[in-house]
Amino acid sequence: MSWTTRALWLLPLLLFTGLVVLMAQNLGKPQQAVVRSHMVGKPAPAMALEGVAGVPGLATADLKAGTPVLVNLFASWCLPCAVEAPQLKALQARGVTLYGIAVRDQPADVEGFLAKHGNPFGRIGLDPGGRMMIGFGASGVPETYVIDGRGVVRYQHLGEIRAEHVPMLLAELEKAK
Amino acid sequence: MRALAVALLLLAGSPALAEPPPPPDVPLADAQLEAKAKALMGELRCLTCQNQSIADSNAGQAQAMRVEVRERIASGDSPDEVRAFFVERYGDWVSFVPPAREDTALLWAAPLLFLTVGALLVARRFRR
Repeated sequence: MSWTTRALWLLPLLLFTGLVVLMAQNLGKPQQAVVRSHMVGKPAPAMALEGVAGVPGLATADLKAGTPVLVNLFASWCLPCAVEAPQLKALQARGVTLYGIAVRDQPADVEGFLAKHGNPFGRIGLDPGGRMMIGFGASGVPETYVIDGRGVVRYQHLGEIRAEHVPMLLAELEKAK
Repeated sequence: MRALAVALLLLAGSPALAEPPPPPDVPLADAQLEAKAKALMGELRCLTCQNQSIADSNAGQAQAMRVEVRERIASGDSPDEVRAFFVERYGDWVSFVPPAREDTALLWAAPLLFLTVGALLVARRFRR
């Protein structure tokens, strides 16, 4: 056997060692990947959701009114949704139209949540089955979507809106005009 | 300050601030369709508890996805059409079965490739 053939025989062992090292390095890492919605650039899902807590419901036509809006998926049982409440208020104060979708929630619980944290939403659609999350390609609550005036999803924000996200969302709304 | 607010919320958070358990599954009346739906559920990934299929997960969203799968299968969609519905919203990631496309050709061909290399090595050994 020549020197090169001998080296070639070692190749599988080297590849295997590489694989083991790669796997060992990934062992401790949490396997929670961020799954972005593939609905950005596509029309928002069709909806005809009933209102709740005296707030009118949400339908597809409301997202095609000509001006960009924010659609916020939230739930009364969701802690980060309570954390982002002041930021939603701030966005509302800046003249942003906010629509909410209450995911897997009961009317009484939504009422309690709004009484506690205030209501920044012009419309709220009740989604007891959580189907709108699938419609938007959402992987959790809260999530916030920028919808342009023609009903097309333009931007997805995953997780709670923190104070530093407010200018960015305002910019995305401006871009969607 | 925010950490304090979160800590206070956590302390104040009674069990009311936990997601209510999802309603129990209602299997399809047609056993054949139910079997089809079940098989597909085993191949779709749960978004909340990621390395579980929606068949294995008891998360609320997995339950919503199971309802979606059953409704679509019951209305006559094929399992592949239902899978495509989810892939359209979440990307290939949502399916445990990788798609057969040009960019995944190597993945699908790899077993055959390795088998060929192995067979060639063995053949060379025996010829000697």
